[in-house]
Amino acid sequence: MAEDAAHGAADAAHAAADAGPGMPQLDFATFPNQIFWLVVTLVAIYFILSRVALPRIASVLAERQGTLTNDLAAAEDLKRQAVEAEEAYNKALADARAEAQKIAEETRAGIQAELNDAIARADAEIAAKSAESEARIAEIRAGAIQSIEEVARDVAADVVGAVAPGQKVDADALAAAVAERVKG
Amino acid sequence: MKRGKRVATESTNTSGAGTKGNGRIIAYALIALAAVLFALAIADGYESLAIHPMDQFEVAPLFGGEEIHWYTPTNVTLWMGLSIAAIAALMVMGTKGRAVIPSRSQSMAELAYGFIRKMVEDVAGKDALPYFPYIFTAFLFILAANFLGLLPSSFTPTSHFAVTVILALTVFLSVTTIGFVKNGAGFLSLFWVSSAPLALRPVLAIIELISYFVRPVSHSVRLAGAMMAGHAVLKVFAGFAGAMGLASIAPILGVVAIYGLEVLVSAIQAYVFTILTCVYLKDALHPHH
Repeated sequence: MAEDAAHGAADAAHAAADAGPGMPQLDFATFPNQIFWLVVTLVAIYFILSRVALPRIASVLAERQGTLTNDLAAAEDLKRQAVEAEEAYNKALADARAEAQKIAEETRAGIQAELNDAIARADAEIAAKSAESEARIAEIRAGAIQSIEEVARDVAADVVGAVAPGQKVDADALAAAVAERVKG
Repeated sequence: MKRGKRVATESTNTSGAGTKGNGRIIAYALIALAAVLFALAIADGYESLAIHPMDQFEVAPLFGGEEIHWYTPTNVTLWMGLSIAAIAALMVMGTKGRAVIPSRSQSMAELAYGFIRKMVEDVAGKDALPYFPYIFTAFLFILAANFLGLLPSSFTPTSHFAVTVILALTVFLSVTTIGFVKNGAGFLSLFWVSSAPLALRPVLAIIELISYFVRPVSHSVRLAGAMMAGHAVLKVFAGFAGAMGLASIAPILGVVAIYGLEVLVSAIQAYVFTILTCVYLKDALHPHH
């Protein structure tokens, strides 16, 4: 209330002084006061900002930028490491696969060689066996022919004895004749 | 971290409760406000019904007395001091942590810094950055004074021509000085539109010259006028509310709406003053069209 009264009094005083349009903005008597305090205020804010706030914020922003850059670089590094690790893994895998292939190939070749060896040995054995059998067959055949001749000679001698009893048979001539007939 | 999480859940809870609850709360608040104002009007006994929308701009000594010398502490001193305190609180106390992950207040300070710095760089160019501290000073002062002036029964220094004219003249004089210091007589090519036909150039030069000298006028009157008009309208509506008894709900709603508009205007006028400063500075640093 008291303030209101003071306001009213001041208002009245101003109105009396200026007889102006009642706009406090145009009361030039207060200009020096306002301008003085404005300058004080601006200087104060300017120094607060330029001495304390702006360097601090700038350093914080720079620090944040640095942290971001570092973190990004670290992430890049880790990514590169991961890629390298993957490459190493893939290479190891490929190597192992090649190695396995080689071992399999070698084993297969070894088995093949052994197999060939065994087959050759078996072939040789079979050949030997069959040659032996053939020899025996030839022998048996020869034996059989000889037996046939013998039997034929005996039969011929008996036949001659039966046809012409008491007739003396020339053994050599008979043998020759039988041999001739058997051959023919 | 924990506090932020709690606030977040609270806000989701409120929004989960639905807009119906919010609307009802606002309605109750308005009714309560109307009742209080009505009671006040009755208590005052209808003696203060005359509306004095310009009283709020009165410059008065803080500690009594009639004389206002240039050094007298007045309400101008008080509210300018409060804006210094607000700026210091935001820009110095708020950034105290110097955290890489900023707190809320530090984030606001950084946003303000980045906003004006980017504006200076984009509008006036990189060579305008040495003037950034003063431009930022002007922006923060106008913003703080405008917003503090929205508090009921406060005083708004930026609604006074004495203040805005000095702010605009500072910009005008320093920009002109910078223009001549940086470019010498070449600064005058600002007024010689070399892209226009030769016959038109003298005419354009006169127009450019006039518009150049009108700059500080529009620069200062725009800010003071916007602040003064808004505050005066608020006061007029508030006076209606005091006079109308129960029907005062209508002017109170009007006050609420205009108050919202004034919040917008406070920020926009600070922004406009700053960006115009940048534009003028650009003309001084690069006068060639």
